[in-house]
Amino acid sequence: MKRIQTPSKPVRRGWKRRAGRAPRPRPRNMLFSENLKIALRALRANKMRSVLTILGIVIGVATVVALLSIGEGATASITSQIQSGGSNLLTISPGRMQAGPAALSGGSQQASHLYYADYQLLDRALTTNISDIVPVYQASYTVKFGSESFSAPTVGVMEAHKEVRSFEMADGRFITEGDNKSQTLVAVLGSSVAEDLFGELSPIGKIISINGLKFQVVGVLEAKGSSIGSPDENIFIPIETGYNKLFGESAVYNGRKTVNNILVSVTDEKNMDTVSATVEYMLRRSHELKTSDELDFNVMNQSDTLETLNTVTQTLTIFLGAIAGISLLVGGIGIMNIMLVSVTERTKEIGLRKAVGATKNQILTQLLIETFTLSLLCGVVGILLGVGIALAFSVSGLISSVITANSILLAFFFALIIGIFFGLYPAFRAANLHPMVALRYE
Amino acid sequence: MIHVEELTKVYQMGESEVRALDGASFTIQNGEMVAIMGPSGSGKSTLMSIIGCLDVPSSGRYTLDDVSVENMDETRLADVRGRKIGFVFQQFNLLARTSALENVKLPLTYAGISGRQRDERAMKALERVGLGQRTHHAPNELSGGQQQRVAIARAIVNEPAILLADEPTGALDSKTGVEIMDLFQSLHRDTGQTVILVTHDSYVARHTERIIKLSDGRIISDEKNPNPIKAGAPRMEA
Ligand SMILES: Nc1ncnc2c1ncn2[C@@H]1O[C@H](COP(=O)(O)OP(=O)(O)OP(=O)(O)O)[C@@H](O)[C@H]1O
Ligand SMILES: [Mg+2]
Repeated sequence: MKRIQTPSKPVRRGWKRRAGRAPRPRPRNMLFSENLKIALRALRANKMRSVLTILGIVIGVATVVALLSIGEGATASITSQIQSGGSNLLTISPGRMQAGPAALSGGSQQASHLYYADYQLLDRALTTNISDIVPVYQASYTVKFGSESFSAPTVGVMEAHKEVRSFEMADGRFITEGDNKSQTLVAVLGSSVAEDLFGELSPIGKIISINGLKFQVVGVLEAKGSSIGSPDENIFIPIETGYNKLFGESAVYNGRKTVNNILVSVTDEKNMDTVSATVEYMLRRSHELKTSDELDFNVMNQSDTLETLNTVTQTLTIFLGAIAGISLLVGGIGIMNIMLVSVTERTKEIGLRKAVGATKNQILTQLLIETFTLSLLCGVVGILLGVGIALAFSVSGLISSVITANSILLAFFFALIIGIFFGLYPAFRAANLHPMVALRYE
Repeated sequence: MIHVEELTKVYQMGESEVRALDGASFTIQNGEMVAIMGPSGSGKSTLMSIIGCLDVPSSGRYTLDDVSVENMDETRLADVRGRKIGFVFQQFNLLARTSALENVKLPLTYAGISGRQRDERAMKALERVGLGQRTHHAPNELSGGQQQRVAIARAIVNEPAILLADEPTGALDSKTGVEIMDLFQSLHRDTGQTVILVTHDSYVARHTERIIKLSDGRIISDEKNPNPIKAGAPRMEA
């Protein structure tokens, strides 16, 4: 700042240059990059504060993402388990629908049965709205091939069973009408059974023994994955062969052939209720139940079950979401705490910035960028952590999780809003104070 | 030109009120160098912060270069604080955990001065206060006197028309104090800066051309000092 003085113009030269006129118009909007730099410098200058702030939100966001993913995963796995049984399926089983007081009192309780005759009755009566109706009898027997031997549920089925349960063949063929007519000794294996018995070998054409009886393997099913009632662990044989050669007396009650289930595949979901009502009416009559009697069988509707379970899983998701929300809130309050603790220093800093020429807008922009950067960082780190936790759960096989864009967006905006709200509030107040008042704030 | 009329500043302290300023009036022309003196608590800092547009009076008028400060809007005030006035705070008020250089650069940033120029000018200002070697130290790594000099560097870095310094030599030894007075005198002389400084030290005050004395928020004397001491000249004890 060396200025050369000429004696003739001694004193006021510089002064006039600067102060003789109104202040120059200044660039009202500082460059964004400039503001960003100030904000980042402020963040770096207050590392501890930044880290603590980040931590609170990161934990919150991670919890939200992880819990929502797990909730979503639970829903998806339950839904897929139910749907893998085939949609539009009515399952008729023996037994009372509800365990009412009568069932508990025990006195008049007797094992209820479904009969092969019930199937025949329904088969004749249900002529419209259904695509198939099949009986199922199932019992566990020892299965042997070579040195391998274990117990497996053996299911007596008809040809249409494959359509009703939407099975796919991995190899060979399914049970046919012909098999039932001539009561052939053939078997179709679920994928796990095939693997357990034969390993790498092709099972087709091999002879296995079920309860000592020789069956020829004619087909293997595609794997359906572990779920409720998965066919992977089952062996399928012609139901007539079963009644006549394998199941024996246990499949007979009061001289009548029994079945475990009757499966009805309805053509259209709209007709589920009609068909279900017809089934109830017919079976009530054939079981000679009075109108006041409870049903001694129940008709399970796929979509009903799905709906009920959906509400359950939705509640679960909401519940998990609420927990996650609370943890975010706690994180937010943590931020506010930290901000309030540093509010004295913050207020002084803002006072000083205003004293050296910062406008309120510049200060607010700086704080907004600061908070936004923090929240962004929190959001990204939190999401990564949350996704990591969710994946860890999936991989460990504890709970399957599905990471959805929704949960990530939700967590992200929540982080942003909480960060901005809790971070900006104290600063906003300070920006409105006179600089000296802010500087003297205690 | 700084013109204040019947300035009062009242602080409400619960029941009682403190009249930090009680009807102060004076005019300071552009390019004057003035000392404000008075006992502790007499309202010197209060007066300075009002002149510096950092606070508002409870009543009275303040006109700065023929513009009434009350009528200035937020952005105009920011402009005045940033470019027209340089303020040396009694408590220094440096940004913590921020280097001396960054502290000095702050007013330049808000004045919209480009990056490289900022570094250059901030370095120059630090050199002028004798801190060219300490530019990367944070305030807590500097002595009180060094902090004070950073505060002074920050106040002069924008070459403001008016320099307000609240006890700028309070934390300095007499030798450094004289250097600072020399700096102020040369700024005043070379660039015609208006310099107003608060001091307890009558020797420091006698480096200026005019001495205003305050007591209990009132001006009790306002006198010219026709022969200001030239900083660095041998000290003569009164
Ligand atoms: N924010 C405030 N709230 C209440 N009272 C205040 C406030 N600021 C200053 N005062 C009071 O106003 C009076 C003047 O204070 P001021 O800081 O202006 O004194 P000063 O002349 O600068 O003193 P010193 O030489 O000790 O710095 C004091 O009595 C002080 O207690
Ligand atoms: Mg003071």
